[in-house]
Amino acid sequence: MGDHRDGTPHKSGAVVTSDGAEQDQFPNPGLPPHRPRVTDVDPKAAKRAEHQVVLLFLLSMVGSVLFFVAYFGIRVDGPLYDAVNTEPTSQLRLQNTLLGLGIALGMFGIGIGVVHWARTLMPDHEIVEMRHDIRSEEDRAEAQSILNTIYDESGVKRRPLLRNTLIGAAVLMPLPFVGLLKDLGPTDLKVLRHSMWDEGVRLVRDPSGTPIKASDVTLGSAFHVVPESLNSLSHEDGYLNEKAKSVVLLMRLDPDTVNVSEERKDWNVDGIFAYSKVCTHVGCPIALYEQHTHHLLCPCHQSTFDLVNECEVIFGPASRPLPQLPISVDSDGYLVARSDFHEPVGPTYSQRDFAVKEMQGEGN
Amino acid sequence: MKALSQKRRHPMAALALLVMALLLTGGLYAVATTTNEAKAETTTYSAQDIEEGQKLFMANCSTCHGMKAEGTSSGPSLIGVGASAVDFQVGTGRMPMQMQGPQAQVKPQQFNEEQTSQLAAYVASLGAGPSVPADEDLDISKGNSANGAQVFLANCAMCHNAAGQGGALTRGKFAPSLMGVSEKHIYEAMQTGPQNMPVFNDANITPEEKRDVITYLKTLDNNTTVGGFSLGSLGPVSEGLFIWTVGLVIVIGFTVWLTSRSA
Repeated sequence: MGDHRDGTPHKSGAVVTSDGAEQDQFPNPGLPPHRPRVTDVDPKAAKRAEHQVVLLFLLSMVGSVLFFVAYFGIRVDGPLYDAVNTEPTSQLRLQNTLLGLGIALGMFGIGIGVVHWARTLMPDHEIVEMRHDIRSEEDRAEAQSILNTIYDESGVKRRPLLRNTLIGAAVLMPLPFVGLLKDLGPTDLKVLRHSMWDEGVRLVRDPSGTPIKASDVTLGSAFHVVPESLNSLSHEDGYLNEKAKSVVLLMRLDPDTVNVSEERKDWNVDGIFAYSKVCTHVGCPIALYEQHTHHLLCPCHQSTFDLVNECEVIFGPASRPLPQLPISVDSDGYLVARSDFHEPVGPTYSQRDFAVKEMQGEGN
Repeated sequence: MKALSQKRRHPMAALALLVMALLLTGGLYAVATTTNEAKAETTTYSAQDIEEGQKLFMANCSTCHGMKAEGTSSGPSLIGVGASAVDFQVGTGRMPMQMQGPQAQVKPQQFNEEQTSQLAAYVASLGAGPSVPADEDLDISKGNSANGAQVFLANCAMCHNAAGQGGALTRGKFAPSLMGVSEKHIYEAMQTGPQNMPVFNDANITPEEKRDVITYLKTLDNNTTVGGFSLGSLGPVSEGLFIWTVGLVIVIGFTVWLTSRSA
């Protein structure tokens, strides 16, 4: 290779310009010899292909008719998904199947038919279409001069205010879309700190909303629990948001087998423990409870928490134990919360560490 | 008869014979299993039942569960588990276990209905525990499948899948599919918490709610999906696999056909 450092585009040989015609290095191999198709030489085959195409178009018609037969012809009477009378559901299935089949056949027949027609019956002689010449430098210069003319005639040089306001408008215009992003989540992250649990709030069953006696929770039981105050909340008042933060799993373990730290000594009731059901990884509901191994398993990424050791993570991507809900029993024998969770439930978010520090400050 | 004998060498004859044989055995099996299920609704056990049950227990269960069902290192104590647990474990063939493993597997029952009920009688006599559910609690024509779906989604779906198809747990354990499981066995499983399943006692899920759950499961079981292939109701895993293999193969096939030269 030569030294191209002081070469120009026309001299160096490294750059092919639009005006520099290249010498043909290889002879043109030309086209392979034309081979006639069966349908070109055998009139019988051509007739057969014609019939095939006609059949495919007829199939398309049948499909379209089938759609309307299914649409008007099949009646779905009675409630769907009945445990005893399964007739309406299977009628609906039949209708859906035929509707889909009808549309599919309608489109399939036309599509395949047209392609088959083109492949077998339309002429198949080869055509050579030469490549367009690369545009010359003159064209390039002309385009440049057009752009310059536009630039001059639009007068942006003489009227800079026009240019500046246009730039201003173009910059501001996308901002509304950024604004829409704001609505994707709460801007006040403090709502993530607290749930509806509070001192004296009863633990109730999900979905029936009935309170739970400590004696109901037998060894090996698992209760899916929400706060009683959730019962009176409507969907307009953010029922689902509150439920998402406050869902709890309640289990009774043998008190002798459980390691309880000093500060959480009074958080359980005779071996009944309550833990947040929201995974600390990305927030899936954890409720796969193995009665004998005392493992809680998250269905999304298989994070496994050990109930015996205050839900410490023993497997998977979660990085923190599940928050424990301190509970006790009220004067009627029903289970109640002693307080809210002592940390935000669920996955990590931008200001979580700060929130935990502040919440511990509140507690003390 | 002559026409039949003439056609016996027809290429489809073997296939037809096979189909007939399969239908016949299937039909007989269905009749046999339904008659088995129809029997044994006794919740009160006689002294003789208990005695017979004890003999069966000594011969078949005591190796792991101990001579007095007090439990050993290889099997838990059965005192206080109740007749319901025995009916579930023995009635589904899970017990006696074929071998020690992560979880007892369903297999053909080793004891008939009468023996199962005798075993249940013996274990029930050892200590109070949940009894075999009454017919009333299993009658799905009285159940409310909508409420059952809510209870199921809150309590069961995380392990057994929202469509009751079952799912994997840790270290070889799994939640089995609930399709085709009898009403009684579903009820007993909730009541007793077999293997690693938690217990859902009557204070947690009331007998009416249990019946609703069963109604919901039977609805899933009996009703076909309106959308066509359910692909195991496993969600994006099986659906994705299907479209990325079958769908892609079809697309590639058409591409090859479109660009190939016709004969």
